[in-house]
Amino acid sequence: MTATSGTLLHQITDYANRADPYPLYAELRRTPVARQDDGVYTVSTYWEILSLLHDPRISSDVRNRTPQAGGDLPPEDDTTLPPSFLRLDPPEHDRLRRLATRPFGPPHSPRRIHDMGGDLVRMVSGLIDGFQGREQVDIVEDFAYPFPVMVICKLLGVPHQDEVLFHGWADAIVAALDPSPAEGPQERQRTAQRARTELGTYLAGLVEEHRRAPGDDMLSALITDHGPDGQMSPVELITTAVLLLIAGHETTVNLITNGTLTLLRHPEALKRLREDPDLAVPLVEELLRYEPPVQLLPQRTALADIDIAGTVIPAGASIWLMLASGNRDPRRFDDPDRFDPGRRDNEHLGFGSGIHYCFGAPLARLEAQLALTGLARRLDGPRLVADPPPYRQNPVLRGPRHLPVAFDGVTA
Amino acid sequence: MTVDGSARAFRQHGRVVVVGASLAGLRAAETLREEGFVGALTMIGDEPSEPYDRPPLSKQVLLGKVPADGTALPRRRALDAEWRLGVAATGLDLTGKRVRLADGQEVGFDRLLIATGTRARPWPRETEADLDGVFVLRTADDAARLERRLAARPRRVLVIGAGFTGSEVASACRERGLEVTVAERGPAPLVGALGGVIGAVAAELQREHGVDLRCGIMVTALEGDPAGRLKRAHLSDGTTLDVDVAVIALGAMRNTEWLAGSGLGAGPRGVACDAGCRAFDVHGIVTDDIFVAGDVARSPHPLFGYQFLSLEHWGNALAQAEVAAHNMISSGPDRRPHLWVPAFWSAQFGVNIKSVGVPPMGEELIVTQGSLAERRFAAAYGHQGRVIAAVTFDHARWIDFYREQIESAAPFPPVFANVDRRPEGLRPVGADFPDPALPTHGPTVTLSGYSPSERRVTFTPARA
Repeated sequence: MTATSGTLLHQITDYANRADPYPLYAELRRTPVARQDDGVYTVSTYWEILSLLHDPRISSDVRNRTPQAGGDLPPEDDTTLPPSFLRLDPPEHDRLRRLATRPFGPPHSPRRIHDMGGDLVRMVSGLIDGFQGREQVDIVEDFAYPFPVMVICKLLGVPHQDEVLFHGWADAIVAALDPSPAEGPQERQRTAQRARTELGTYLAGLVEEHRRAPGDDMLSALITDHGPDGQMSPVELITTAVLLLIAGHETTVNLITNGTLTLLRHPEALKRLREDPDLAVPLVEELLRYEPPVQLLPQRTALADIDIAGTVIPAGASIWLMLASGNRDPRRFDDPDRFDPGRRDNEHLGFGSGIHYCFGAPLARLEAQLALTGLARRLDGPRLVADPPPYRQNPVLRGPRHLPVAFDGVTA
Repeated sequence: MTVDGSARAFRQHGRVVVVGASLAGLRAAETLREEGFVGALTMIGDEPSEPYDRPPLSKQVLLGKVPADGTALPRRRALDAEWRLGVAATGLDLTGKRVRLADGQEVGFDRLLIATGTRARPWPRETEADLDGVFVLRTADDAARLERRLAARPRRVLVIGAGFTGSEVASACRERGLEVTVAERGPAPLVGALGGVIGAVAAELQREHGVDLRCGIMVTALEGDPAGRLKRAHLSDGTTLDVDVAVIALGAMRNTEWLAGSGLGAGPRGVACDAGCRAFDVHGIVTDDIFVAGDVARSPHPLFGYQFLSLEHWGNALAQAEVAAHNMISSGPDRRPHLWVPAFWSAQFGVNIKSVGVPPMGEELIVTQGSLAERRFAAAYGHQGRVIAAVTFDHARWIDFYREQIESAAPFPPVFANVDRRPEGLRPVGADFPDPALPTHGPTVTLSGYSPSERRVTFTPARA
């Protein structure tokens, strides 16, 4: 007797299973495309997920959802900011993403991330220096959260001291991504909308300051730069800034924390990384496969009937792409439940795929590589205080809420 | 996997000769070793250099960003092979199982892989082809010579032929700030590969980037000065053009001359083989020990009416080499079919172009995503009511979807709603190929399976 897949999805989103959802994913993969009780279709196997990520019949714009589709509907009273490019389809998505890419990456700004390397190393060192004289730290509060926040503030041109302001807004916005059928989704949506508006207002003020006195940051570049696509409108600029600010740190926290946890559970990998910093590159790829910070994409909608893996997903249906499950699909990865930092042929779904492939991937990779290498090199005798650690509520952006780690000392 | 005694013995003690030391030859050799072949392996190549990659030659190398000798193919593993480089194969003794070499030596084999590829089609009149300033582009040496000349800033470059190579050369010239004229016999660039509708987009792209594009025109003569340097080109419309560099981009010729008289089914269109990469002899009987892979191979494809396709595609060379190598050391049902869906890419004038399937088989075309006017789009080609091919301009992230549409014989015109449907995409138009020589019948098939070993053909009855 096995649980029905409907029950399974409830178990996956149930907080009680947050620390280890992987056996449930394995169970879910027995039905690669499964219709849930509420009409949502879960897709849990690698090739099917990959295929749908490249399928133009799948929309990322929740406004295409029909009332009978299942999943969250956009609140009717949403009069706030329009969606960011993450939640838009082409051609609007393509135009906004191209505009956002100009000051961030190739071909126009190929060195932006590379040139931040020195700053990133100094930030990591500074945070670890702060561990001196202590026997235990919370990796989340003391390291994995502050580091990406510093980075995204510097990159965007947001004053770092304003972190106290936007921290709460970011929490509320991210909480609304939680698709758990828990109590009060409408209330959560409204709180998130309010937070988004407040964060938007804050960033609008910042945009004005940068317009008057542009600096060498992305916001200034987005405001002053003219390319073949023209410029973002003021509202587009703000929604994009909200997206970059939040996505720029809320996921990286989990990548670094999950990475630290995984390394402490695999001491031989930690030892290898300490001896060979070059291992950081494949190791972070393996982390993105093994413990992806974004576990699933619950935002897609079918625009047409889609015949996949013997099931027809009907037009209008809400689709959840279970990235973390695809990453452990034995039909794609050998011995998928083994953490293998030297793994080859590792085309994981940790950053998604297709046109919404993680915009910040190059930055996230570099941050995680430097953070984990720094910890591995400098912490003497690190060990977990609690295993499993307490997790965050959210099943989408999954990661520990706290990660207490004890150690014997800090190497210079 | 079960291997019968003879296959096992062959893996231990067999002698394999690979003629052709480029992408297909190298990857086949690596696959042989990967799959447990420990016998003798000989690699024969007419160029003196180690195997190198060609796609960068018309792009980064011509831009001077990468040296011509800087595109060596990465090695996946040690080969432990005997390399006979800088010596061409000149003949094949099928009965005696020996390859004859240009230096008079012979190499015996138990199984042979032919991967001799293609070479650039030269300018037909030799005295004009020999003028200083007339180039072709196929090898690393070709690229090095042409790059040196471009770096010396000629006043005007003439590119003869606006296929992919010619268009990429023109793009590199413009990026270097050189004046360039493109002379194309057909009505538009890329018209043979992608048809007139897409060709018109390519033409606009070239002109906007400052190319002096002249279509429907032939170069009738290249004229040199007394010192043997190119100075002028004569065109079929009676005009002349002062140029000091001309690049002949008239396509490729298959290197099969060395097989003349061998008894193999080899000719100007390539070496015919079955879907398992085994060569046919002149009687159409499949050989057991002669295999073919890469640009020189010509094999039937069930998705495209069992037509014999010869493909000058990087990805095909790779995939076919792996299948050929696998089949060389396997027997019976362990052998795999080569069912690669044709695919290629190009980069020119800042645009990324990708194609899957066989566009020239398409009668009609529909823009499914994006728009031709923006030159960012995906378009599908239809053949007898099914999707047979697709092309993308700066829309590469969707290309896998179209490959799946082709593999599953999806109906054309597509009936689905998608994320990006604009008015111009609502109805199909003629694809406008210059030569509509299309096959008229054939079973419809579906490709299935994810890994090469799983890929098999499934018969799909025609829709009523």
